[in-house]
Amino acid sequence: MTDIAIEIQGLRKTYGELVALAGLSLAVARGEVFALLGPDGAGKTTTMRLLAGILAPSGGSARVLGLDVFRQAEGLKRRIGYMPQRFALYGDLTVAENLRFFASIYGVPRAERLAREAELLEFSRLGPFRDRLAMYLSGGMKQKLALACTLMHSPEVLFLDEPTAGVDPVSRREFWRILYRLAGQGVTLFLSTPYMDEAERCARVAMLDRGGLALCGTPGELKAGLRGAILEVIAEPPREAKARLAALPGVRDVHIFGERLHVWLETPDAEATVAAALDGLTLIALRRIAPGLEDVFNALAAGEGEA
Amino acid sequence: MMLLRTWMIMWKEFRQIARDPRMLAVVVALPTFMILLYGYAINLDVRAVRMAVYDQSRSPQSRELVNAFARSGYFRVIAYPGNDREVTALLDGGRARMVLIIPARFARRLADGETAPVQVLMDGADSTTASTALGYAADILQQYSSHVALEAARRAGLTAPATGQPVENRARYWYNPELRSNHFTIPGLIAVILMMLAALLTSVTVVRERERGTIEGLLASPVRPLELMLGKLAPYVLIAFGDVLLVMAVSAVVFHVPLVGSPALVLALAGIFVIAALGIGLLISTVAPTQQVAMVAAVMATQLPTVLLSGFIFPISSMPQAVQLLTALIPATHFIRILRGIFLKGNTLAILWQPALVLAVIAVAMVLLSANRFRRTL
Repeated sequence: MTDIAIEIQGLRKTYGELVALAGLSLAVARGEVFALLGPDGAGKTTTMRLLAGILAPSGGSARVLGLDVFRQAEGLKRRIGYMPQRFALYGDLTVAENLRFFASIYGVPRAERLAREAELLEFSRLGPFRDRLAMYLSGGMKQKLALACTLMHSPEVLFLDEPTAGVDPVSRREFWRILYRLAGQGVTLFLSTPYMDEAERCARVAMLDRGGLALCGTPGELKAGLRGAILEVIAEPPREAKARLAALPGVRDVHIFGERLHVWLETPDAEATVAAALDGLTLIALRRIAPGLEDVFNALAAGEGEA
Repeated sequence: MMLLRTWMIMWKEFRQIARDPRMLAVVVALPTFMILLYGYAINLDVRAVRMAVYDQSRSPQSRELVNAFARSGYFRVIAYPGNDREVTALLDGGRARMVLIIPARFARRLADGETAPVQVLMDGADSTTASTALGYAADILQQYSSHVALEAARRAGLTAPATGQPVENRARYWYNPELRSNHFTIPGLIAVILMMLAALLTSVTVVRERERGTIEGLLASPVRPLELMLGKLAPYVLIAFGDVLLVMAVSAVVFHVPLVGSPALVLALAGIFVIAALGIGLLISTVAPTQQVAMVAAVMATQLPTVLLSGFIFPISSMPQAVQLLTALIPATHFIRILRGIFLKGNTLAILWQPALVLAVIAVAMVLLSANRFRRTL
């Protein structure tokens, strides 16, 4: 048995003139927690749907668990789980009915189904709501139920398309607790996320840009690969500071995070120039910081991501 | 093919239907409303035609003739115009549909043993009613004429009629002796209503999953298209069958349509018919982009062809050859033949096996075609 869970080669998807995915190649190891990052329209959902076997590709190949996603889909579908971005459960069925339905169409035997249901209700903390119609659940509970439904047949590989989008921070933390537990059981997790903090929790991250792979590596590798340096600046007023810094030679990009500015410098020694440029404004803080994934992402968006 | 998956889809659909009060309203109220509305509105019987009598004879004989019209029940005398101007006014204004003009010498000519002409003026604008009413009028005049001849012969002391027809027409209508149009239209109406309702029921089932996004979960699962189609069809077969019982009960209780043949045979063949109709809805649902489009398409695809081309009202035998071929493709054509055969004539399967077989073929074809048309990817 191979150690590769997911292997994609030159995967393409086009809709007429529109290119959704322009030849993506990736490999994900078994048991790995892998995240797809990228702006809207970068091809994350397309990739997820292709790998789940519910979208026909325009070119390239993909193997999951050694099986061809497009030619051996029927055998593969029992062994993988796919959680769509949009809430795709039956709102007019109860929590328990949704679980039962999804277990049964995957052919889970009754005894195993009941045991699994009890276990999943327990660790998703949905037990008290088992007879509630799914449409009356909160956003976070809906996502947990959707996850529980995809887990009923104990998939070996799980595809999660922005599983925590629109979910409150407490539910998100709980959701991740469940994901870590799955990873601990050896389940391969392939997820997409718009949140950098979630990407930081993953073993490896792929950044997509306009339908192609821009960067791929561990969060540490990606951050280390960022050329130049990041300065954190707190100055009043921040908009004025940003305007001045953006125009400065040696500064490649400036982003506002709340009251803080992240200034991406071409070389670390431009620090003095930055301080000088802010003369006349109230400078509260100015220091070098280690770049986060957000900075890598912003650099990528600025079109200069490659290390 | 896994039965459990089909069963689970069916179980899920049942729960969803049970929680949808609008669906239950459609299932019960729509067929009841339609059969009552159409049943009363589509009345081809010609009764109590408004007639006027311009009686220039004013004799006991002319009154006897007018009475014969009034007694028949087909005519109602509403006016006695006194001159030609009034006659014209009555017909022009539509107050009378027919005018009987009895000439002044009517009684005298009868007494003399001569032929006494009378004139019938008919408003021919509504040609169907006009020709039917004219037929009744001719019958009444014929009967009166025979009666007069018989009386004359008796008075002359003869035992056999001296005048009258050597050949007498004694036609009888079988299966519907009173020619009540209800007995003809209601069985057809049952087919029309079931056709539209059944197609409407299934027309949204697949496209709703697409609209709500639940299709993604189904596609990612090992469920096969045929399993999905059968699972979605099954609950609606039961519901549509309930509607079969409902419309048949209404036709018997409200419209007194007799069921001469086997009720079990009607139900069995109605079962096949609703599967064919549900299959058409299912096929529409697999290709329609939205629920609204699917519903409109289901009504359009079933209602118009069924009403116009199935022989429900307009006889297929008087359609052009090409259109007649088209009618064979419409399930209701065959089902109406079956219904009229069993309801009015007491036909058995030995006579009706052909339309029954055609319905079964259409039913299977629709379900297989739906499974085939169902895209396995988004």
